[in-house]
Amino acid sequence: MEGLVFDIAHLLAGSLVLVSFMMLYQDRLYSLLNVFAFHAVVLSLSVAWQAYIQDAPHLYVTAVIALIFKAIIIPLSLHRIIARLGIHREIETVVGVGPTMLAGMGLVALSLVVMLRATAEADPLAREDLAFALSVLLLGLLMMVTRRNAVSQVVGFMSLENGLILAAAGAKGMPLVVEISVAFSVLIAFIVIGIFLFRIRERFDTVDVQTLDRFRGEKR
Amino acid sequence: MPTINALLFCVAALLATSMIAVALIRWKGATQLTYGATLLLTATAAALAAGRLFGDAATPLTVTLPLGLPWLGALFRLDALSAFFLLVINLGAAAASLYGLGYGRHEHAPHRVLPFFPAFLAGMNLVILADDAFCFLLSWEFMSLASWALVMAHHRIDDNARAGYVYIIMASFGTMALLLAFGLLAGPDGDYAFAAMREAAPAPWLAALVLILALLGAGSKAGLVPLHAWLPLAHPAAPSHVSALMSGVMTKVAIYGFIRITFDLLGTPAWWWGVIVLIIGGVTAVLGVLYALMQNDLKRILAYSTIENIGFIFVGLGLALAFAANNMAGAAALALTAALFHVFNHTLFKSLLFFGAGAVLTATGERDMEKLGGLIHRMPMTALFVLVGCVAISALPPFNGFVSEWLTLQAILLSLGLPQWGLKIAVPAIGGLLALAATLAAACFVRLYGIAFLGRPRSAVAANATDVDLWSRASMGVFAALCLVAGILPGFVIDGLAPVTQYMVGAHMPAQASVPWLSIVPIAESRSSYNGILVFIFITFSALLAVAVIHRLASRAVRRAPAWDCGFPDASPALQYTASGFGQPLRRVFGAMIFHAREEVEMPPPGDTSPARLQVSLRDVIWDALYAPLANLVLFLAGHLNRLQFLTIRRYLGLVFFSLVSLLVVLALWP
Repeated sequence: MEGLVFDIAHLLAGSLVLVSFMMLYQDRLYSLLNVFAFHAVVLSLSVAWQAYIQDAPHLYVTAVIALIFKAIIIPLSLHRIIARLGIHREIETVVGVGPTMLAGMGLVALSLVVMLRATAEADPLAREDLAFALSVLLLGLLMMVTRRNAVSQVVGFMSLENGLILAAAGAKGMPLVVEISVAFSVLIAFIVIGIFLFRIRERFDTVDVQTLDRFRGEKR
Repeated sequence: MPTINALLFCVAALLATSMIAVALIRWKGATQLTYGATLLLTATAAALAAGRLFGDAATPLTVTLPLGLPWLGALFRLDALSAFFLLVINLGAAAASLYGLGYGRHEHAPHRVLPFFPAFLAGMNLVILADDAFCFLLSWEFMSLASWALVMAHHRIDDNARAGYVYIIMASFGTMALLLAFGLLAGPDGDYAFAAMREAAPAPWLAALVLILALLGAGSKAGLVPLHAWLPLAHPAAPSHVSALMSGVMTKVAIYGFIRITFDLLGTPAWWWGVIVLIIGGVTAVLGVLYALMQNDLKRILAYSTIENIGFIFVGLGLALAFAANNMAGAAALALTAALFHVFNHTLFKSLLFFGAGAVLTATGERDMEKLGGLIHRMPMTALFVLVGCVAISALPPFNGFVSEWLTLQAILLSLGLPQWGLKIAVPAIGGLLALAATLAAACFVRLYGIAFLGRPRSAVAANATDVDLWSRASMGVFAALCLVAGILPGFVIDGLAPVTQYMVGAHMPAQASVPWLSIVPIAESRSSYNGILVFIFITFSALLAVAVIHRLASRAVRRAPAWDCGFPDASPALQYTASGFGQPLRRVFGAMIFHAREEVEMPPPGDTSPARLQVSLRDVIWDALYAPLANLVLFLAGHLNRLQFLTIRRYLGLVFFSLVSLLVVLALWP
């Protein structure tokens, strides 16, 4: 039983990293949103499994919050925003897919090296979990850096938050308050950034952040 | 209630006064209320500290408040050293408050002074009481910021904004040095309580590093050369009673910090520590007074003279370190007593002189000596008190300045017993520097008094001056009287310092109160002794005798005759000595090398009736060599870093990302 428990937790956390990689090479906004929704589903499964093996019922709440907010509400709203803005056909090319994937692999390797060394005395399940969580976090940050569109930056930011929640769920005894606050912070960030998008749109007729830079008189 | 609790209540009440002053700032009586409250509170604190110092000073009192660092709390401690410094500080603060009762009425922007004045006093008291590094640094920075706000009180006057700018940079630098010093003292475990630092014995190289950092941190606040640049800018810029506090009192807090770190927390000193402190102190003393001789601004002269006196005090401390390192406890006690006595004296006469400068400023609106003169007739009381201050700071008997400088020189004479040749050679040389500084200080204050108070008025405002209000005169009078009392009865001060030196260097000077005829005998009767009362009586009698003889033998009739009627029938006040003229010989001797003083005569062309002009240019070598390049470097870096303010959103994100990744890489590669 012990081996199976560990393997399933490992599998779910690992697939979260895998889905993060999938998000890296999505250059269409709709498909990006779909992958993000899948990301959230995997997260909620992973958290639910943690709740089961840690015998911590409050983690089920976190899993449900992740499922409802991140896998359903936020992708749907972003879908609507994209549709209303009419930017679903836009293609982003800041950094090529190949270099991004290579950089992502480097980041995963880095986070494994750092985390496995830093947590030498922790229990093996938490160690793996933390290493994967740091990878997801770094990949989210990488996505924010390599994307130009504000919507995909928002998605990158939220996948980063998913990494945080994975870490929080993996650590035993983390109180529920923190998770709810994390979930709400994501929601609030989404609302703020959503309003921000419309503002940009009203002013400049585009959500390409480069336009914002051009407006400030900067050179690329 | 234990004394320390009462003192902390005084501090809390000072902070509350600050709040009340904010609330009542528009009310007319706010000035009187604030200064009245601070007078009452600081006088109480001074009495409490004095009671502790002359009472049971040997047993320290401690108290812990649940503030500050969560695992440590705020620790406070009252031992002999802090009791002495609390006495000095609150004495100066009480006098400044008394002075403020009168002087504050002329303040045109009271809302910029009143809230910060009690806060400044509270900050200084807290620094002395603190018993952990966190509390100490917090209070230290609080004190710096409050005094900075006071410096900026008249920010629209030329150069005051620059003074405040230089001051806050130097204050931050000093705090940073102290922060690093405490960090090193706390060690890897990070125990910031002073008690733990006392227990731990740091490695020699670590101790040396802490000493250097303490010299930088405390020295920048005290005004040691070459960290003095802010002091003559900032001290005169504040209102005069605050100038008195900053010069007379805040520099003492810095000295307290230095003594606390080097004598108390660092453990056994090495002999060469003394050499460093001695050399810096000696150079500071001479350079400070030379700077003072080149100035024409009353308050700026006083500020530079503060630098000189700080040099004197640090020489005493350096000697005490050198003696203590060689287990000469008796000699170390003598040197430390001399330094602390000078701390007390300097608070008395420098505050007195700043009060005097403030009185002159109130009466005439001038700080420039070239526009003063003849004030002894218009402001007789102020003139008398300032004369006392000038004589005392020039180290002339029977006033207090003489005693402490004499004790310092006595300690220097003991240096022949030191085993190290470096010290044997350095200490007499430093003694020579001190003698030079003391002489130049006398010249400086003859110049100050002669130009500003004697002679004839050089401007209409000086001619129409009237003496200042009663409060100001009372505070000057109290300090003038204290200067005399401490000068003729030094034995009591020395006995009061005995528990301090006993605690710091493990010995104290022989008890002086029991010596017959109220003499003081620092080492042994056969070597040297001084009797202030005899000197005082002799000076008084000989002066009275001289007056009597002159009046008896010469005509009593007052004759009025044209002054300086030697070919100048219409002698104008401009024919008197000017301040620059009086300083010219010294400027030519010392200034050419140290200040690159250049004199140029501009002759008008033949046929032109305009007057010839003598232009004197001075350059501050230390500013040019040290501060200007540093400032340029900072400006250069800031100019280039400024580009970071104008990046795109993605570049900012990238910056965060890459710094995070590089930190992780460092963590991964760390052995």
